[in-house]
Amino acid sequence: MSDAEQPSNGRGRVTVPRTRKLYIGGSFPRSESGRVRPVLDAHGEFLANAALASRKDLREAVVAARKGFESWSGATAHGRGQVLFRVAEMLEARRGQFATEVADAEGLSLRAAADSVEAAVDRVFWYAGWTDKIGTVFGGVNQVSGPYTCHSVPEPVGVVGVVAPRESALLGLVSVLAPVLAAGNSAVVLASPDRPLPAVTLCEVLATSDLPAGVANVLTGDPAELAPWLASHEDVDALDPTGAEESLRARLEDAAAETVKRVLDVPVREPDWNEPPTPKRLRTLTDLKTVWHPLGQ
Amino acid sequence: MAHSPSRTRGSGAPARLPTELAEAARGGRALESFLRGLPGVDAVGLEQRAAALGARGVGKDAKLRAIDTAIGMVDLTTLEGADTPGKVRALAAKARHPDPGHSATPRVAALCVYPDLVAEAVSALGEVPVGVASVATAFPSGRSCSRAKLAEVELAVDAGADEVDMVIDRGAFLSGRYGEVFDEIREVRAACGGAHLKVILETGELGTYDNVQRASWLALLAGADFVKTSTGKVSPAATLPVTHVLLRAVREWYNRTGQWRGVKPAGGIRTTKDALRYLVAVREVAGPEWLTPRLFRFGASGLLNDLLMQRRTQLDGHYGGPDHVAVDL
Amino acid sequence: MTDSEPAPWEYVPAPESAGLAGLSSEYRLFVDGTFSAGSGEKTTSVNPATTEELATVAGTADSDVDRAVEAASGAFRDRWGGLDGSARAKYLFRLARLLQERGRELAVLESLDTGKPVRQAREFDLPNAAAYFLHHAGWADKLDYAGFGPDPAPFGVVGQVLPWNFPLLTLAQQVAPALACGNTVVVKPAETTPLSALVFAELCQQAGLPPGVVNVLTGGAHTGEKLLSHPGVAKPAFVGSTEVGRRIRHRLAGTGRTPVLMLGGSGTNIVFADAPVEQAVQGVVDGAFFNQGHVRGAGSRVLVEESVAEEFVERVRERTATLRVGDPLDRNTDVGAVNSAAELDRITRLVETGEAEGARRWSSPHPLPERGYFLAPTVFSEVHQSMRLAREEVFGPVLSVLTFRTPEEAVTKANNTPHGLAAGVWSEKGSRTLWTANRLRTGVVWGNTFHRFDPTAPFGGERESGSDRVGGRAGLEAYLDV
Repeated sequence: MSDAEQPSNGRGRVTVPRTRKLYIGGSFPRSESGRVRPVLDAHGEFLANAALASRKDLREAVVAARKGFESWSGATAHGRGQVLFRVAEMLEARRGQFATEVADAEGLSLRAAADSVEAAVDRVFWYAGWTDKIGTVFGGVNQVSGPYTCHSVPEPVGVVGVVAPRESALLGLVSVLAPVLAAGNSAVVLASPDRPLPAVTLCEVLATSDLPAGVANVLTGDPAELAPWLASHEDVDALDPTGAEESLRARLEDAAAETVKRVLDVPVREPDWNEPPTPKRLRTLTDLKTVWHPLGQ
Repeated sequence: MAHSPSRTRGSGAPARLPTELAEAARGGRALESFLRGLPGVDAVGLEQRAAALGARGVGKDAKLRAIDTAIGMVDLTTLEGADTPGKVRALAAKARHPDPGHSATPRVAALCVYPDLVAEAVSALGEVPVGVASVATAFPSGRSCSRAKLAEVELAVDAGADEVDMVIDRGAFLSGRYGEVFDEIREVRAACGGAHLKVILETGELGTYDNVQRASWLALLAGADFVKTSTGKVSPAATLPVTHVLLRAVREWYNRTGQWRGVKPAGGIRTTKDALRYLVAVREVAGPEWLTPRLFRFGASGLLNDLLMQRRTQLDGHYGGPDHVAVDL
Repeated sequence: MTDSEPAPWEYVPAPESAGLAGLSSEYRLFVDGTFSAGSGEKTTSVNPATTEELATVAGTADSDVDRAVEAASGAFRDRWGGLDGSARAKYLFRLARLLQERGRELAVLESLDTGKPVRQAREFDLPNAAAYFLHHAGWADKLDYAGFGPDPAPFGVVGQVLPWNFPLLTLAQQVAPALACGNTVVVKPAETTPLSALVFAELCQQAGLPPGVVNVLTGGAHTGEKLLSHPGVAKPAFVGSTEVGRRIRHRLAGTGRTPVLMLGGSGTNIVFADAPVEQAVQGVVDGAFFNQGHVRGAGSRVLVEESVAEEFVERVRERTATLRVGDPLDRNTDVGAVNSAAELDRITRLVETGEAEGARRWSSPHPLPERGYFLAPTVFSEVHQSMRLAREEVFGPVLSVLTFRTPEEAVTKANNTPHGLAAGVWSEKGSRTLWTANRLRTGVVWGNTFHRFDPTAPFGGERESGSDRVGGRAGLEAYLDV
């Protein structure tokens, strides 16, 4: 258990606890419902209370994400890369805090948790480098038979709803969030219901990394309650159900069907996040736009 | 055609124009800004439409009438250094009776010759209602001084030419001296007196369809009765897309002014199939009203014989051979 | 007017002979390499231009669907799945050649069955269908280089349900990549237009394609849903309306199978004041009326800059009036018959709604044939964003004109739809065209042109138009398990 979360540090000093809130539109509000729920560590010990987001919070988050999308998708790829590199730097700087939180959340040794945090930093770093290569790798020139220039360029899909992995509280989270952001989308993330604290701390990193307000929004709460609203929301363009339990999957797909929303084809079992990533998520989180223009004098 | 389409002037003296055009027709800056303000022409889209319309077929029954229409639109042309009075007389005979074996064959619209042969053409045609057109203004290059060009026009008209085919100064046009080109057409227009003025843009030297469109409007503003694509001495000469631009310009001119102006593609139109494609373009781009020799001409020499051969095929029910129509030598 | 004489000549019909289609009296299902009667109820296919019956078509029962999926599955397991890419390439090449060789016959057949102008079938549908096979023949042995990692795997059996607007072309667009990627297919053409697909089956025989690699069924919505939700179909694919696409997604929710969806959505042309006006008029008219407006992404809406709107609309009407409407077999026809009585009824009702909503209607004065399902090309002006005309997919020969004042407004209006398939931008200013293209939420943007398709160029939509692609490297992903 982390020092920071102890009521006292064992030397008699009473520490100041941190209230965990939501992250919407660049601010840290409480849930409009006023609900919280206790977060326990892997051994069942109380760590903190986290906000229990409601569907109204989710609605606000989508509004914020749409606004965030406008600025983020309009930024240059280079600029997005700079911001994500900055996120990696900030994560690196708070490695210790994250290691403690991940150890608590996932029940890992501090050593193993530190490894996981390092992998998370590297993951963000890897995706940050992708921002200005997506076009060249997934897009291209189409050699059409006619007097036209024709090219295809991947563009962000828009607002992406993410059900974050349940188990891997930080590495898993950044592995699904970073590609959303790197591809130029904004995100509404439902954090792991039982292990939300690293996600909340990640928000503090994001808030100080020049990421425009609303680009990433993180809700703590119950995915079973919130995810179907995300799936059926008309202003959400894609859904990553990675952290949704098997029992929830069909419901989400059915809810998403109404808007023919893209639902990422991800396995029910959480993958080993330590495996090296592939650019597949980037491809899936972009729409290819084909542009034609005549070639004439 | 029962009467000569060329002996009456279609459009008349510069009539009252709508304000925007009247401004531009004053020449100078106003003209320049008008020409530069014309909408662009997208080359690929234009060529595509020309090709698509070219695929439109004229069915069997309409074909004979279309061929007759085309024959009546031919400016039977000889513009060779080796032209002689004899050659002109031979052509005149052909113009009078294109196909002696089929007396109902329509006459061509006009004979088109160099200025020094106008008198010969006029006398050879006599009272036959076929016009005489003369190229002038230092055809085909247009490279001479203004006085010489005007003198040439006057000589041709005095010799009896009903129609004058002038060339524009492409050098001046391409270097942006629109006013000069405009003034020259104006002067030629005046020198023509009652004769019809066709203005040859020599589109093959203008480089872009935007320029072709500008040159068309420039000529119309200066008082051209016809805009004509080419001298036939420069390749490419007439093409379907270029003719589309000219047809569209005269149509627009009519829409804005109520005045009828004509189009003459010249050079490179050799077969009946080509000619019918042009007629389809006339019909679709300008409108069916333009399907008359008063508003549309073919500048061609070899075309007439192919039209005659195809006409015989239509009438006789078997394919014609070249030795059954008169060679033009 | 100087001309008091009648126009010297008129077009006369230049009909293509219906006999060229080589119509059979009966068309049968194609399963496991052989033609069979099918266990379902027979139907007839109707010529929408005359309402006459063209042929009897064998009916597909559920048992036939099972049989076809089994055949495809066996073929994948025993014959096709293990075949070298280079061998698949040659089969696709053979199909391309056969399509080219029998192009004229198939164009006439397609025209008879759909109502589309034969000239269009001959110059657009057929050459493009062959081109998709040819392009994908080249992919079959080069999938390692398509960017999906080494040796990307096919799914197995693909079930494809196709639309009636471009029966053979959409078949080529879906079947060619599916086969190139190593899948076997069960394909169901639309109920009203099954003939060309069943002749295509004949080409598969002539090409020596192993039995079961391509199977062709007939039938309507029931058969389609049965096929797409069949547990033996590893990858279901649907090309058609968003409404049906939605239903399929609901149906497949939780099965672990994500369908390939190529759905609808009207397209928008944006005409700026500095457009190349002649070509813009032509592009807008073609965009709206090509294939009777039965096109995914047809330019059924045009947004015109307000300063030039009045004149532009007048020109559009003038040009539309020159379109020749009538007998699809006449080579001079520009606009043919609407595909079915049901479609005609639907479009007519939408037109009535437009009038009731207060939009100003103009219809081409071109005379229509006395029988058959024809609708005069129609242009609505004074259409507003809130009207159904502007919001619904028209999928018929109806154009709605709206106006805008600034580029920002044009983009906002164009994007104000849940669909996102195609748009056109008309301007002579390169930077504005590219800016607009960049801001449009559509899968395809045509600058100073419209309705360009090519097997090398990915085509598809965003959002409720379905986000899968056909064509190019990106199009392969639909049929690769990557």
